Amino acid sequence: MPIVEYKNGMFSDIKPEEGLKKAISLSRGEVISIVTDSGLKGRGGAGFPCGTKWNLAASANDEEKYIICNADEGEPGTFKDRVLLSEYPDLLFEGLTIGGYAIGAKKGILYLRGEYTYLLKGLLQVLDERRKKNLLGEKIFGKDGFNFDIEIRMGSGAYVCGEETALIESLEGQRGEPRNRPPFPVNTGFMGHPTSVNNCETLVLSARILAKGAQYFKSFGTPKSTGTKLLSVSGDCKKPGVYELPFGGTIDELLKMVEGEDAKAVQVGGASGFCIPRKNFSRKIAYEDVSTGGSVIVFGENRDMLDVAINFAEFFAEESCGQCTPCRFGTVELLKGLKNLKRGNLSLSMLKELLSLGKTMQLASKCGLGQSAPNSFISIVENFPDEVLGREEV
Amino acid sequence: MFSYEKEKLSEDIVSLVNKYGKNRTSLLPILQSVQEKHHFISDTAIQEIADLLGIHPVEVYGVATFYSFLNPDQKAVFKIRLCQTISCEMQGKEKIKNVLESELGIKFGETTKDNRFSLEFVNCLGMCDEGPALLVNYRVFTKVTPEKVKEIIDECKSQFSSHYLNKEE
Repeated sequence: MPIVEYKNGMFSDIKPEEGLKKAISLSRGEVISIVTDSGLKGRGGAGFPCGTKWNLAASANDEEKYIICNADEGEPGTFKDRVLLSEYPDLLFEGLTIGGYAIGAKKGILYLRGEYTYLLKGLLQVLDERRKKNLLGEKIFGKDGFNFDIEIRMGSGAYVCGEETALIESLEGQRGEPRNRPPFPVNTGFMGHPTSVNNCETLVLSARILAKGAQYFKSFGTPKSTGTKLLSVSGDCKKPGVYELPFGGTIDELLKMVEGEDAKAVQVGGASGFCIPRKNFSRKIAYEDVSTGGSVIVFGENRDMLDVAINFAEFFAEESCGQCTPCRFGTVELLKGLKNLKRGNLSLSMLKELLSLGKTMQLASKCGLGQSAPNSFISIVENFPDEVLGREEV
Repeated sequence: MFSYEKEKLSEDIVSLVNKYGKNRTSLLPILQSVQEKHHFISDTAIQEIADLLGIHPVEVYGVATFYSFLNPDQKAVFKIRLCQTISCEMQGKEKIKNVLESELGIKFGETTKDNRFSLEFVNCLGMCDEGPALLVNYRVFTKVTPEKVKEIIDECKSQFSSHYLNKEE
């Protein structure tokens, strides 16, 4: 599969409801084993195997289970879920229904970020149509005992709620502060019941896997990263947008496609990801090499990388939930340090201290936000020392 | 707050609690609806919601202040939120910021004296391929230009005229 731009029609290889029909003709265990066999990993960025997650939720001992679609994409530079929600909502709900069937949930929840409130009306209409077609509700496709419905709940502008336990806290009417893990949501999730939280893209891909089989899915990508990945490309390139690329493609190939060959660096994975300088553009986009939740931001020759680092540091200082000390304190210190670096009054020994603070945050923060907050800072300082050091004092 | 406003607010909260259910999981949808209809979450609203859900008002306040879209101190009818994240910044966010500030005569972080407009920055709106982007309440505007800012604000202002209000009702 070559790289596909969404405007040219992604997912044209599958027919509507093909995956759901297939899933219902199989047992729950068979559905999970197909997904496990496909090697599908979580597309939100963490890359946890979807089959394993579903299996854990399915085998948990509880009558009441939930499946949640995480549509709280807040990572700077990510907008692939926006495209899925606005262009392929049926496919998304199909995937959510398949997941619900697999784990034995009667209810699915779509947690939609507040910024996408404008999509809500359309999504509710799609749900209504699906209820009319018996794709939701009682005895779906006439399958005895398979009752499933979907509710949409809104977020309210908190990036940290993209973290699965913070998302569940938010659904329960609490502040969106991440929980300690374990216990994991697959045991103790929404209202204490087993819950599988999956990214929009993961669910859409599960529909493709059921429709076309695990072998078809595995024919794309690399052995460790099977299938394709949606990438949201923005920044200094002529053709920003959403692209579907088989895992294993290089950054060079992608830049050619989006017409951003002049780039001096690419930020892969958003603010929590890494900055890749030009000399490493032959690296591959895959879980085993450059791993990403889908955000690709291209920086042209004239961009000041220190400004980029400051922008990301501001983001984390604002979005830290403030619960654990390494993140609450560290994000603010990194921002202060970067601003001083820009003003030309940060000593090298202080910079060294900040790099070591960054390592501490990676180790000691409670959730992924704090653990990944220093990534961009560290990778920009390490890759562009000539550019960021020795600024004139102002 | 006038007494009739207070009565209206209480009525709304009772019906929201009935709609979403009298339990903690309803808290966020209730707060979101109050914010949308009354433009902000007042102390009175916090107290009433807490009473009806059987939790302490501080719990409600804690939740309302956690989420950036539910600010109890933010009273403007039109909340303009400009995306400040890197892709929008690279596409000219600063210019839009300046135009908004001079058009409304306030700085970012402030509200106009008549409580009609407020200016705030937000993090990534997910419109990175179509920046600069901003939200007016929940409406999204992409590829915003300085000229477009004027149109957006004029459109908001026109909704204050008595003519418009009558049409709405």
